[in-house]
Amino acid sequence: MNDTTEQILVKYKNADRDSLIPILQEIQEVEGWLSEKMLTSVGRHLDMPVSKVYGVATFYNQFRFQPKGRFHIQVCRGTACHVLGSATVLEEIKKHLKIDVDETTKDGLFSLEIVACIGTCGLAPVININGNFHARVTTDSLRDIIESYRVQNNN
Amino acid sequence: MNITIDVNGTKMEAKKGETVLNVLNDNGIQVPTLCHIKSMFPTGSCRMCVVEDIISDKLITSCSAVAEDGMKILTHSPRVTEARKVIVELLLSNHPDDCLYCVRNGNCELQGLAEELCVTERRIQGRKNKLPIDNSSVSIMRDPEKCILCGRCVRVCEEVMGVACIDFSKRGSRTVVSTAFDKGMNTSSCVNCGQCIMVCPTGALTEQNHFTGIREALTDPSKTVVVQYAPAISVSIAEEFGMEPGIDIAGIMNAALRKIGFDYVFDTSFAADLTIMEESNELIKRINENRNLPLITSCCPAWVKYAEEFVPELLPNISTCKSPQQMAGAIIKSYFAKQKNISKEDIYSVSIMPCTAKKFEAQREEMTNKGISDVDAVLTTREFVKFVKLFGINMHEIESETADSPLGIRTTAGKIFGASGGVAEAAIRTAYYMLTGDELVQFKIPELRGFKGQKETRLKIGDLEIGVAVVNGLANAKKLLDEIKAGRDDIHFIEIMACPGGCVGGGGQPVNMDEKAVKERIKSLYRIDDTESIKVSHKNPDVIILYNEFLGKPLGKKSHELLHTGFKKREVII
Ligand code: SF4
Ligand code: SF4
Ligand code: SF4
Ligand code: FES
Repeated sequence: MNDTTEQILVKYKNADRDSLIPILQEIQEVEGWLSEKMLTSVGRHLDMPVSKVYGVATFYNQFRFQPKGRFHIQVCRGTACHVLGSATVLEEIKKHLKIDVDETTKDGLFSLEIVACIGTCGLAPVININGNFHARVTTDSLRDIIESYRVQNNN
Repeated sequence: MNITIDVNGTKMEAKKGETVLNVLNDNGIQVPTLCHIKSMFPTGSCRMCVVEDIISDKLITSCSAVAEDGMKILTHSPRVTEARKVIVELLLSNHPDDCLYCVRNGNCELQGLAEELCVTERRIQGRKNKLPIDNSSVSIMRDPEKCILCGRCVRVCEEVMGVACIDFSKRGSRTVVSTAFDKGMNTSSCVNCGQCIMVCPTGALTEQNHFTGIREALTDPSKTVVVQYAPAISVSIAEEFGMEPGIDIAGIMNAALRKIGFDYVFDTSFAADLTIMEESNELIKRINENRNLPLITSCCPAWVKYAEEFVPELLPNISTCKSPQQMAGAIIKSYFAKQKNISKEDIYSVSIMPCTAKKFEAQREEMTNKGISDVDAVLTTREFVKFVKLFGINMHEIESETADSPLGIRTTAGKIFGASGGVAEAAIRTAYYMLTGDELVQFKIPELRGFKGQKETRLKIGDLEIGVAVVNGLANAKKLLDEIKAGRDDIHFIEIMACPGGCVGGGGQPVNMDEKAVKERIKSLYRIDDTESIKVSHKNPDVIILYNEFLGKPLGKKSHELLHTGFKKREVII
């Protein structure tokens, strides 16, 4: 079993199914995502079938089942961004990176997440990559932005 | 206090706590249901069963609403039928329009509802489900595109089987029923019992089909194609051919199977007698040595897989006997092959089973001999019925025939294997004789018969008193095994069958069966036991010859080689 998971589970001695979500949150907080191994350990600990643990975990948007990429892309889908075309932006990123929301590219470079309004409506449509805001993105500028991160990785 | 409700203007009596649906059904009023499973707690999630509650002016779900005195209900008002119709239309909106090519064409509940509610045009357009079929299991096939998320499979798997390898995952319009991590059924803890298939209203769950291999073998002149059928089959299919439910049509089946082209037709009940010879000797041996008790039966491959996954610490208690299917398979490809001078490579061995787990069992590595499987293909009862129709055989117009020797004669002890409690009863009859030299005066052990999930009795055999338990439904087995693990030691023999009522209620049986049908089959098996004269396995003349000519003694060297096996812990996602 993964060490972090184990340490967290120790704290939840004699816990029952009600503790499932807090446990998952805590593990993700530390690990950044939830692996099959981690979910299996949680199931064993709570005496819960893993199919149920997986079912509950996938019900909530907050949980990730792939580690984040080196560059984590957040696409704002708040109202302002929506009005200014964030849906197209999202589709373009998915197409370009060949991943879906909450997935990570095979090379581990990029991962994609949808966030609700991040409070920078003046910059709409906006995306955030590892803390850097990119304002008024268009389908054209998007490719350049993503490729600049790829270059950064190669250097 | 008596409760009276008014249904469509007629007064009906209800018991306290009874659901509206129950009252309706008891009074001959049918209301469609989808998520509801009789005898289980209602979830009220599909809303198919809505009725109009006049006083509150609301539509309520009859499966979960409790009847209250003075209620006024309309079951088929325009408002109700329109609401039901919309539910069906919504379910159809993302459903693949695949009916003509679907295994359930003709007996799909969704199809039935669409017809009943006069859905004749597509008013609601939805995006079709696009999800891959899970073909990974050797027994069960899942097609999530056809799943309407009623949840019945999930509940049966958890509440009846105690397996819980499937559950709802994701959410909203992306909700699916899946195994953990969406990995295939083959790496899950699924025990292949097929009870999920039995409750699935659509073609989303079905068995892996073995038609092609069998048809090829039947047309290959170099192959000798043999078939065996389980004890439960001949009492389970009469109604499929428009005959009286539950009656035994073994003779007609023998004839039909020959007409289809099988070269030899065998009765698995013969091998059930053989199993009893081995297993009762095993029981006596273990009691004498006071070792690995209680002895637990191994005939049910769903139970065996469950044990390998969930209770590996009890594997030493499980009988090393192969199941009757596999014993028959092994004898066919050894003794029978030798007798007929056919090489075993040229025998294609088919079995007809009320069971989907038998497909899994037949391909277990332990069930092969030098790379050759004991059994090559397994047909469920459902598939068999289709096979008969495919070959255009009119079951009403054929004369009964007997099965072939040397696996053609059975006793009634072998036949009652099909019902929960039957194996235990048959084993005791023979163990009694082996231990005392006398036959039982009273063969019937009523305490072990019937549909109940757990049955127990204590019996005196000579100076020995033994405890015998019978469970069906693996969730019931778990309860008993927990007691055993906690130290309970008054039980010597346990019979475990995964399916409710035993194999007569198996996951390979015709779908849409109800408890009544299963009870009819059980009755029929015991009727055979009442009316025929050879009631103990050790008096089966062909079994006696088999030991004399070929096997030697029970638990002997040859038996060990052909009829016994071993089980080991299995790593799966639990
Ligand atoms: S076959 Fe049995 S164990 Fe497997 S999913 Fe269906 S109900 Fe569960
Ligand atoms: S697979 Fe069948 S039983 Fe299971 S939820 Fe889907 S439709 Fe219902
Ligand atoms: S009880 Fe019978 S039908 Fe059901 S899984 Fe076991 S052997 Fe198969
Ligand atoms: S059958 Fe009543 S809500 Fe599904």
